Amino acid sequence: MTPDEEKLIRARQKSRALVTGLILAALVILFYAITMAKIGASSAI
Amino acid sequence: MTTAMLTTAPITADWRDFLALTKPRVMTLVVFTGLCGLLAAPGHIHPVLAFTAILCIALGAGAAATLNQWYEVDVDAKMKRTANRPLPAGRMDREAALHFGVGLSFFSVILMGMATNWLAAAVLAVSILFYVFVYTIWLKPRTAQNIVIGGAAGAFPPVIGWAAVTGDVTALPIALFMLIFFWTPPHFWALALFVKTDYAAAGIPMLPVVSGEVATRRQIWFYTAIMAVAAMAPVLLHLTGLLYGTVALLGTLLFAVFAFQVYRRRENDPSKMGPERRLFKYSILYLFLLFGAVVVDRWLLA
Repeated sequence: MTPDEEKLIRARQKSRALVTGLILAALVILFYAITMAKIGASSAI
Repeated sequence: MTTAMLTTAPITADWRDFLALTKPRVMTLVVFTGLCGLLAAPGHIHPVLAFTAILCIALGAGAAATLNQWYEVDVDAKMKRTANRPLPAGRMDREAALHFGVGLSFFSVILMGMATNWLAAAVLAVSILFYVFVYTIWLKPRTAQNIVIGGAAGAFPPVIGWAAVTGDVTALPIALFMLIFFWTPPHFWALALFVKTDYAAAGIPMLPVVSGEVATRRQIWFYTAIMAVAAMAPVLLHLTGLLYGTVALLGTLLFAVFAFQVYRRRENDPSKMGPERRLFKYSILYLFLLFGAVVVDRWLLA
């Protein structure tokens, strides 16, 4: 692997890790919101 | 073959290639019809759960699109329109796409079940399985009527959206299913008329290739007639009111005019396919109009 190729792969890995992190953070927020919505719905009955 | 495919080292795909696998542009119509099914349904759903349901429909569609491309690498490589997709272009491992597609399928179905109900999740699972196994693997390479039956996969979203709210499937979501089901052949074959050369090169039995162009134009007209019945069914069955009825009547009449022009023409040169392109473009607008009208109409009734 040439240094240029390695640089490209590292850059891709970094951006993939960043995007995966953002998606996970978004899912944490979503699951929290779903939980709140479900609790709200059951306590209203 | 590109040099990237000859190297033994695993390919580290860009995250944008994963996004491209899910075909975000095709997703627009799926999300819209799913949202309309959800909004037309009687009863109340928490906005967060409604958002989650639509997200799951989008993720499920993305999963199906991914698995479709995982299976069709060789076909996509032969067509100009698809040769630059991440897999045929060699920017991604096939295995990575398979894992991504299967993972996304399970995730979308399980999340749908936990956030809304398991009927909606089951219909979502059926639609993904139908698209991958019945359409992509079984029908598409075998019969020129592939998209007629396969189109059912694209017709599921309003049913899923509806079921997410009510937990059941009644006459209106089935009518909306039928509308998309019979809309798909004229929509898709209009496209197939002006990209015919591509499908021929890839060996996919598209109707214009197998049965000829005249037969395709006749079948476009034939399915337009059935689609018109499906479009008017919600009014005739008193599931919707006059607003939808008016939009559906006028919209379908215009659709029929465009489809009739395509039916009457005899033109083989793709560069002169103006009316065919017009029918294809209008067919997308048509679906948006009718589904939008269903929602507004149901809100007026309620």
